[in-house]
Amino acid sequence: MEPIYLTIALAPLAAAVIAGLFGRVIGRAGAHSVTILGVGISCALSFYVLYRIVGEGMAPFNGTVYTWLVSDGLTLNVGFLIDRLTAMMMVVVTFVSLMVHIYTIGYMHDDDGYTRFFSYISLFTFSMLMLVMSNNFMQLFFGWEAVGVVSYLLIGFWYTRESAIFASLKAFLVNRIGDFGFVLGIAAVLRYTGSLDYATVFAHAQDLVAAQVHVSSTVSWSAITFACICLFVGAMGKSAQVPLHVWLPDSMEGPTPISALIHAATMVTAGIFMVARMSPLFELSDTALSVVLIIGATTAFFMGLLGIVANDIKRVIAYSTLSQLGYMTVALGASAYGAGIFHLMTHAFFKALLFLAAGSVIIAMHHEQDMRKMGGLRRYMPITYWTCLVGALALIGFPGTSGFFSKDALIDAVSQSPRFGSGYAYFCVVAGVFITALYTFRMFFMTFHGKERMDHHTQEHLHESPWVVTLPLILLAIPSALVGWFTVKPMLFGGYFDGAIHVLPANDVLARGGEEFHGSAAFVASAFGHLPVWLAAAGVATAWLFFLKKPALADSAERSFKWLYEILVNKYYFDWFNEHVIMRLARLIGSGLWHVGDQALIDGVAVNGSARTVGWLGSVMRYAQSGYLYHYAFAMILGLACFLMWIVWRT
Amino acid sequence: MSNLHLLSLLVWLPIIGGFVVLGLNRHEHGARWMSLVVSLATFLFSIPLWTGFHRGTAAMQFVERAPWIATLHADYYLGVDGISMPLILLTTFTTVLVVIASWENVSKRVAQYMASFLILEGLMNGVFASLDAALFYVLWEAMLIPMFIIIGVWGGPRRVYATIKFFLYTFIGSVLMLVALIYLYLKAGSYELAGFQHMPLTLREQTFIFLAFFAAFAVKVPMWPVHTWLPDAHVEAPTGGSVVLAAIMLKMGGYGFLRFSLPITPDASRSLDWLIIALSLIAVVYIGFVALVQRDMKKLIAYSSIAHMGFVTLGMFIAFQIVQHTGRTAGIELGLDGAVVQMLSHGLISGAMFLCVGVMYDRVHSREISAYGGVINTMPYFAAFMVLFALANSGLPGTSGFIGEFLVILASFKANVWYAFLAATILVLGAAYTLWLVKRVIFGAVANEKVAALKDLNGREFLVLGALALAVLIVGVWPAPLLDVMRASTAHLAQQLLVSKVVP
Repeated sequence: MEPIYLTIALAPLAAAVIAGLFGRVIGRAGAHSVTILGVGISCALSFYVLYRIVGEGMAPFNGTVYTWLVSDGLTLNVGFLIDRLTAMMMVVVTFVSLMVHIYTIGYMHDDDGYTRFFSYISLFTFSMLMLVMSNNFMQLFFGWEAVGVVSYLLIGFWYTRESAIFASLKAFLVNRIGDFGFVLGIAAVLRYTGSLDYATVFAHAQDLVAAQVHVSSTVSWSAITFACICLFVGAMGKSAQVPLHVWLPDSMEGPTPISALIHAATMVTAGIFMVARMSPLFELSDTALSVVLIIGATTAFFMGLLGIVANDIKRVIAYSTLSQLGYMTVALGASAYGAGIFHLMTHAFFKALLFLAAGSVIIAMHHEQDMRKMGGLRRYMPITYWTCLVGALALIGFPGTSGFFSKDALIDAVSQSPRFGSGYAYFCVVAGVFITALYTFRMFFMTFHGKERMDHHTQEHLHESPWVVTLPLILLAIPSALVGWFTVKPMLFGGYFDGAIHVLPANDVLARGGEEFHGSAAFVASAFGHLPVWLAAAGVATAWLFFLKKPALADSAERSFKWLYEILVNKYYFDWFNEHVIMRLARLIGSGLWHVGDQALIDGVAVNGSARTVGWLGSVMRYAQSGYLYHYAFAMILGLACFLMWIVWRT
Repeated sequence: MSNLHLLSLLVWLPIIGGFVVLGLNRHEHGARWMSLVVSLATFLFSIPLWTGFHRGTAAMQFVERAPWIATLHADYYLGVDGISMPLILLTTFTTVLVVIASWENVSKRVAQYMASFLILEGLMNGVFASLDAALFYVLWEAMLIPMFIIIGVWGGPRRVYATIKFFLYTFIGSVLMLVALIYLYLKAGSYELAGFQHMPLTLREQTFIFLAFFAAFAVKVPMWPVHTWLPDAHVEAPTGGSVVLAAIMLKMGGYGFLRFSLPITPDASRSLDWLIIALSLIAVVYIGFVALVQRDMKKLIAYSSIAHMGFVTLGMFIAFQIVQHTGRTAGIELGLDGAVVQMLSHGLISGAMFLCVGVMYDRVHSREISAYGGVINTMPYFAAFMVLFALANSGLPGTSGFIGEFLVILASFKANVWYAFLAATILVLGAAYTLWLVKRVIFGAVANEKVAALKDLNGREFLVLGALALAVLIVGVWPAPLLDVMRASTAHLAQQLLVSKVVP
């Protein structure tokens, strides 16, 4: 079985290397053909692996590819762990990636960096596969950083734009703050379990529970909580949780296909995947899970609010992504890992769909992204319109769509959770349903309905995008609409993740929900008795009223809640704080240490000062070397007199 | 293998070759080709060190020994173990690249320039291979002369200040080391390093000897606060000088700690480890902030070097606290391995970074960051290399820069969570100063006419940067062979550390 896994991982890498190094030789068609072939192979084989595991009940694979290094008796391998969790992630990653590859042919058609772009997204696919397929922390970290680098390169893809290269640097550095925690978490795991292999670490998880991290001579923390929170800090960076979320909205500076692939469907979910993968550790620390729960809930609610005031179509979807990542994080914090991963999967489909649909709109609008200059596009772009509607409905959790199943199950699980913070989290995710529906349909109405607000020239050229763009939309719309029907039972209540995700019986909120589960149809029907569906409907109705029927209402609301509007438009002042306080402080410390420490004290006083002292001594001593005999004679007499005095004094 | 006198060849071939090149003063082109042939031959002769090396033993290999100064009991005694052998390979590899990189961009006194590097190569190989302290000391000091000349003759406008600072700093430290070596010789009766390592010493003796060694090695590393010579030396040095300085000469300090301080004075190392650990962590954090605000590219990379070398000293001296806090020895070798890998990796990456600056300097004649912007528009291939090396400098997994940092962070966590915490700040700070540099220099719109007129890499430059890029990636993706070579030696050193030399 191992050659298959190697092929899945290496096919996109090989394609990326070919397209990257020989892009000029093979040309544009060559570059997209080779990368699509590479990712296509990966995708087909991933489906086959999933089929073998789910359909034929193949046992999980856990094996080493090669030994990376051996030091101090510690063997760090590159290896694969292919279980049900991984297989599902592989399918999601390669399928969305394949769609994005095809879509890119249309989206990047006129771009000079065409071959480079294909090389990057294939490289990304490889990195992401290495991340999800890993069987150890070292390789996880490799994939973790590699996806971060490709994301850095892609956000800054249009490198002449100042805003793009600023955003790429910001994304990398904020992620590095997360990685800082992540590395400490990995170090803690090694310190107390003696290994970095998942299997060994999980087997020795109790060692972490028993151990204490000595922070000072009097204070010590539980090692399991310390390790889990550190690992989660890494997840906060990658999965853009408050306060490390600031990079994700700015990452929209990158081309839209990567917003769909990296900043919605795959890379940003790496943190969610990682926590689920580490469930045997996280389960042992209630404190850490409470932190996860509260951070996730905060992100889910407060980032959703920002979507209501954004006018850039991609930024609305970006805030939506932040909010939905918060939902997944809440699920993790409530020990409903299955629900988190389930939402990760459905979200990957419908959010990639929404981004690609937005990209299709952006192509039609000649790269105008401001929704205030759109409107009425339904007439011109029927396929984009309908597929986008499917995505929007899935996002707000319209009964029967994939997003409905995952979100409803998630909210239900949170309501069952007894964990500290779950009350707050429940409020956030339920209120978030209304917010989600509001911003989603605000975007939808402003884009596709109402008055046509674009300029005359753009209006004349409006037309549906080519088939390479619409085909991925359709292919993503299908799972967005339907995948929930047949996956909800196994993934949430049917023990699909048994063996991959570990939940302590006491924490198993999903199992409690499972007792009430009587098939997908009944699940849909029962939803009408619950609050979220009605909140979503209310959100859509509000959006309709404020942004389509009576736009004046929105303006007056904006005026009467000026202070709130200011806070939201300024994104809670996180960016302001980072730029004016943290960045400025860092530079201040740097120049302070340099000018005062290095230049004034070390060089000025110690180094040049001793040079000056020696020079001064020399210049003083020079007077003694006058060359006059009587000076020397006088000195000798003086010396002799002193010597004699000393002798006399002693005796 | 020893009857081939491989190590002698690696010491003397470049030195003799260097004098031959000096004789080709009138024939610039001949001097260049001769230097290339000599450096390539030296590199080729160093490969058998790797292929013929016996893994699994800490004993010195390729040993050569002959009486040298009989009255002083000093021998001409060469040999390598798993720590020094890769450093010699780094030296021979780097010298070839420096010769190629200097091909056309040095126009005055070409023969002397090339000859200086060849002679320097031989001396540095000798330092790494010396098993006799007298020989070591002679070569250690001799090594300063070519570097002094390289900076002083081919350097920038403030080269005189820089050379004197460089020379005085390193020389004052070295003189104290000489005193310690003479003391050890008087006690042991010979200059043999192994004798020094086995000889019992009181803690008081060890402490003085340790401090004397520390003076010599800390300056070379360089450690805070004796680091300020490095930015000045780098700024004034020609590209080749900067490359050798960063890639190899800084490693002398780390190597000295491994070969002298730790095994000869283990008890003093234990009692003074807090000093080294504190200075190493200051180097990482303090210097990281200082690097952030540099306006000169070479200064920035120089400060980055100091911060990265902090990991070398941290990895070495974390050992004692690991034992103290965990009661076990697991983790000591992790730190030592990390330190050695970090030295080698830093040699490749910092060398590459200085070459990248050199490529730009040759075209624009400025090292100021503000003189650049949008270089990628006119030099896409160069930009690709620069971004790769910058990412490697930020410790990206898959490049060599990751391994040392990762291992040292893992090891230091075993000693104290705060050490790991401070060390890990390099993840943020290292990325910040390196990638901010890249953002301002490489990315963006074309900043001025000089950038607009830039020509991309020529074949020679491509070859040099390509070779380094391959090395950085190969080591990063598969470091196991390197660690296999080192294992027995670092394990042996780890044992030496733990055995007290104080006579009961």
